[in-house]
Amino acid sequence: MNSARGWTAPVQLVGERVLEGIEEVGGMALLLIGLLRALVPPRISGRELLRQLNKMAVSSVPIVMLTAFFTGSIMVIQSGIFVKRFGAYGLLGWGAGYAVLREVGPLLIGLMFSGRVGSNNAAELATMTVTEQIDGLRALAIEPIRYLIVPRVLAMVIAMLCLLVIGDLVALGGGALLTRILFHVEFSSLFHSLFDNLKPWDFLIGVIKSIFFGFAIALTSCHFGTSVKGGAIGVGRAVNDAVVAAALAIMVSDYLLTLVLR
Amino acid sequence: MLALSRVRKLFRGAPVLDGIELTIRRGETWGLCGPGASGKSVLLKVMCGLLRSDGGNVRIAGVPIEQADEPTLMGLRARFGMLFQNNALFDFMTVGDNVAFPLTRRGGVDPEEIRSRVADRLRAVGLAGSENRFPSELSGGMRKRVGIARAVIARPDILIYDEPTAGLDPVTTSKIYDLLLREREETGATVVVVSSDLPPLLRFAPRIAMIYRGQLHYDGPSSEAADAPDPIVRQFLRGEVEGPL
Repeated sequence: MNSARGWTAPVQLVGERVLEGIEEVGGMALLLIGLLRALVPPRISGRELLRQLNKMAVSSVPIVMLTAFFTGSIMVIQSGIFVKRFGAYGLLGWGAGYAVLREVGPLLIGLMFSGRVGSNNAAELATMTVTEQIDGLRALAIEPIRYLIVPRVLAMVIAMLCLLVIGDLVALGGGALLTRILFHVEFSSLFHSLFDNLKPWDFLIGVIKSIFFGFAIALTSCHFGTSVKGGAIGVGRAVNDAVVAAALAIMVSDYLLTLVLR
Repeated sequence: MLALSRVRKLFRGAPVLDGIELTIRRGETWGLCGPGASGKSVLLKVMCGLLRSDGGNVRIAGVPIEQADEPTLMGLRARFGMLFQNNALFDFMTVGDNVAFPLTRRGGVDPEEIRSRVADRLRAVGLAGSENRFPSELSGGMRKRVGIARAVIARPDILIYDEPTAGLDPVTTSKIYDLLLREREETGATVVVVSSDLPPLLRFAPRIAMIYRGQLHYDGPSSEAADAPDPIVRQFLRGEVEGPL
């Protein structure tokens, strides 16, 4: 009897985890349907949208700029090793720009945005849920999805998009500065290398990715924030789950988008 | 005004409410008490349509809510004013915005009129001039009073107070009940109060009910509750150590 239970326990555990995963995905799908329904007609609280944009986008600019500066610099240093070996200094701008615009920029800014804004959003919504503020809205005949979730999702997508554009510019600027300092390459030749070899599509791929990443971060953080159970422990768990799920969603969507948009 | 018939509510298969039969008439004040985790807050949420029952019928002003869609429920909820156990004040809003919220979101009220009504309600709860403070800057009793001001500002037909004095000292408790009494006299609304604080509840509500393990064990005059035939009710109301509880 005991040996049978010992044998089935891991299977049961796996089964439970799979069911939990399905439940979470189902919850996110329901939230997505609710979001789409709340957008028709699009009655969005402009005040709430602006408040969220200020909180999510404006206050994230310094950290995103810092991340982007180092991202651009790292790309230059990494590609510089080979550029120096082969003397192909003309490819330095293209190499760094290609990687930053298409892949590393959106990915790192997405992960940074998830850690800073997504986790904060999940914590705020989870706290509102456990302190009955969400029920308070419903008791006041206000749809929480329309009032709370829609502005946050829109703000996160817009913020992620704007931050990516700022981040791309800073990353390229930082890369250019480091190229000048480390490899003594003129700014003009660097930017020629960049603009001659890169196409607008390379930049647009990053923009498209940022929209998907922003949406993924918004959906996961709002779902885990509003489906929290328990008190303070539940809030902590919700934040943790939201960050992990957002990172996973970013990686999976990045893989799929890279396949489709290459 | 509120009618519940054979209402059941399950959480993970376990009954939290089991066969609740209840009618609350317009303008009546009804109190609900019971030990912790006996289903009081769940019953309140089922009553106002925040939670759907798993069996039986709930009628708000004659409208059955089981099959009601969300817009219908929203319309019915607009008839309620609710004070939550944790106050549920929006911590990102000032006190003034919190109190004004039911009016601003529903629309149709002039901003100047809203300002005047907010000031009036805050004065009534003893918090005149607190419009620009945030909930985090207030004490527990003050937050409770802001919650009451928000619950009553839209002049709802039904007022629901969930543990209005939980965690408050006796003096603040008396002040809160005085406030509830004044609000009731001013508005003439139907009032439902859940409280574990029995003496003030018994004074405030002419009719009370006691819930235990999801079932109503008593529903009748407050003055007779302590002598109810059910030993569970008697023990709870008298606060005795010995007994079936």
